[in-house]
Amino acid sequence: MPGDGRTRALVVFLGPALAAIGLFFFVPVLAAFIMSFTDFDIYSLGDFRYARFVGLRNYLQLFEDPLFWKAMGNTVYFLIVGGPLSIAVSLGAAVLLQSRLVRFQSFFRFVYFAPVVTTLVAVAIVWRFIYHPRFGLLNFFLSLVGVHMIDWLGDPHWAMPAIIVLAIWKNFGYNMIIFIAGLQNIPASMYEAASIDGANAWQRFRRITLPLLAPTTVFIAIITMIGYFQLFAEPYVMTQGGPLNSTLSIVLLMYQQGFRWWNMGYSAAIAFVLFACILVVSVIQTRLQRGRGE
Amino acid sequence: MKEAYLPGILAAALLASSAVWTTGCSPAQEKGTAIHFWALGAEGENVQQLVPEFERRNPGIHVQVHAIPWTAAHEKLLTAYAGNSLPDVFQLGNTWIPEFLTLHAIEPLDTMAAQSRIVRPDAYFSGIWETNRADGRLYGVPWYVDTRVLFYRTDILARAGFTHPPRTWDEWDQICRRIVETGGPEEHFAMLLPTSEWAPPVILGMQTGSALLKDDNCYGNFSGEQFHKAFAFYTEFFRRKYAPIGLMNVVNLYQSLAEGYFAMYISGPWNIGEFRHRLPAALQDKWMTAPLPGPDPGKPGVSLAGGSSLAIAASSTNKDAAWRLVEFLSEPAQQLTFYKLTGDLPAQVSAWNDTALAHNQYARAFFDQLNAVVSPPKIPQWEQIAMKVQDYAEIASRGTMSTEDALAALDRDVNVILEKRRWMIHAR
Repeated sequence: MPGDGRTRALVVFLGPALAAIGLFFFVPVLAAFIMSFTDFDIYSLGDFRYARFVGLRNYLQLFEDPLFWKAMGNTVYFLIVGGPLSIAVSLGAAVLLQSRLVRFQSFFRFVYFAPVVTTLVAVAIVWRFIYHPRFGLLNFFLSLVGVHMIDWLGDPHWAMPAIIVLAIWKNFGYNMIIFIAGLQNIPASMYEAASIDGANAWQRFRRITLPLLAPTTVFIAIITMIGYFQLFAEPYVMTQGGPLNSTLSIVLLMYQQGFRWWNMGYSAAIAFVLFACILVVSVIQTRLQRGRGE
Repeated sequence: MKEAYLPGILAAALLASSAVWTTGCSPAQEKGTAIHFWALGAEGENVQQLVPEFERRNPGIHVQVHAIPWTAAHEKLLTAYAGNSLPDVFQLGNTWIPEFLTLHAIEPLDTMAAQSRIVRPDAYFSGIWETNRADGRLYGVPWYVDTRVLFYRTDILARAGFTHPPRTWDEWDQICRRIVETGGPEEHFAMLLPTSEWAPPVILGMQTGSALLKDDNCYGNFSGEQFHKAFAFYTEFFRRKYAPIGLMNVVNLYQSLAEGYFAMYISGPWNIGEFRHRLPAALQDKWMTAPLPGPDPGKPGVSLAGGSSLAIAASSTNKDAAWRLVEFLSEPAQQLTFYKLTGDLPAQVSAWNDTALAHNQYARAFFDQLNAVVSPPKIPQWEQIAMKVQDYAEIASRGTMSTEDALAALDRDVNVILEKRRWMIHAR
């Protein structure tokens, strides 16, 4: 029977990949989910009898933990301020680089993409100097316009903005490349037709570029949101979550609880709360887009 | 959900590395015993040079040293335990001993130490020896010792009118005030107390005699009168602007000390070497170390009993050979060689009689301080609690919370951390 051959081929070709995903993804996720209902910790590592099923206690404790809310607040702050800004910067850079007026386009594309592929640890060293309150480049320029010394990474009010600026600079190149790809799919004839009808540059951008880029923008918005929700590396290398936990993100809290203190159960609960948040926001975003499309 | 992969990846990496060891042993060594020794950071790089002498004296025992970076050490040791691949002998920060003891990962050493002429309790600083004991048994042998003392600029103190370092808290306070008053127009402070270090507030607490925790280490005792006094003293450094708040003002410690941005700093023995290398030549005779001041006149202030120990894995199949290595590394002569290689202060008191150490004027403060050291609570959760102390010390220093509120919140958080411990003690 031809169906048999098909099934066999499916098993042979997909089987190994599915087995690998099952073993290395679904099993650990399931294990983590179960773990989130236990108080698995350093004691349990030594002796499984010291792990207790605690039901929802991790989750309840989490919702009472001021540190969790602090981390959630920081992450949402980062997301709401950093996300749109980062998308706007990416779009701006993409539109500029697509403009016929700009020369050396591929050179600039390379320059703007370079931070994306640079190691964050190296970037962090340079940015720490830029942000240095006494000798930093940023405060030097600000002092020229009369702004008083700001302790960028040491002041609880300024640390998160400083991290946001760093994250945008580090990441906007990636979205920019996707936007450029989207822009290249918009036929030039539309702009020509619009110009003939007397539309100015802003109208062309507003009425042609933005609507036709919408699918790309939704994709980028969701990817950026998911990525920004998982903020970790920037505060981890720059501030370790400080000062006064003002840059502590959800994932950083999860890392500290899990791998620093070995509170694996608690840490797994944080992971699933984060997962739920990302899921909900993704669904809302997709719904909004669909609603607008109709 | 990347984190879910991590243990798997670590375990795979460990498997791979253990596979490398098994294939890495050359046939020539097959006859004897091979013992694996994990040492951390600079110790790992330097201890290799002591190995040939050990192997010469113990034909048939071959030592494989693996250097593990300090930053990854704790995770690596725990993962090695989880993957059942701990080495025979390993270096442990002495505050980690309770944790590995909880896991039953380390072997009690009493029987072996009882027969040893080298590893005797009276050969060590008593405070340090005590950190290696738990439940009446010995679980580690002190390898090198570490505590915190006061590093200070003699010229700045002299300019402020003091020819000696502070001996009491009152003097400390006066000196700070005078330094801030007598300094030039440039922004300057008296102390540096990085808010990223838990040691200073904890040490001050120990100095007032606070036990930090209470009821068999089951509850926080930070709101207690003694710790309250210490905590208030700590936060005053910031409130009176004796010490800068925020980390970023001092990116390069040595440069800042050299330019007089601050004059005193609480630190450990590794900075003796760093100060010698990094401070400009003109300042080399203008800094000194001193034991920490204490709250009560006439009594030395205690400091933290730190350092590293050598432990033998409970899973080791070569415990006798492993003990021989531990004993060898504990010999005063080897400790001295090791001091010359790394600058690590010897745990064996008799090694301090050697001229190399006796002539080191900066080491003297450490020797004095080591006779007055206290161990932090010996429970696996200690580091986590210490981080909480650090968090609330910063919060109170910035004035975000009052001292009372910060300490109440600290006790509350610590009690949550200790819930499991209370349950386990109850279940026993």
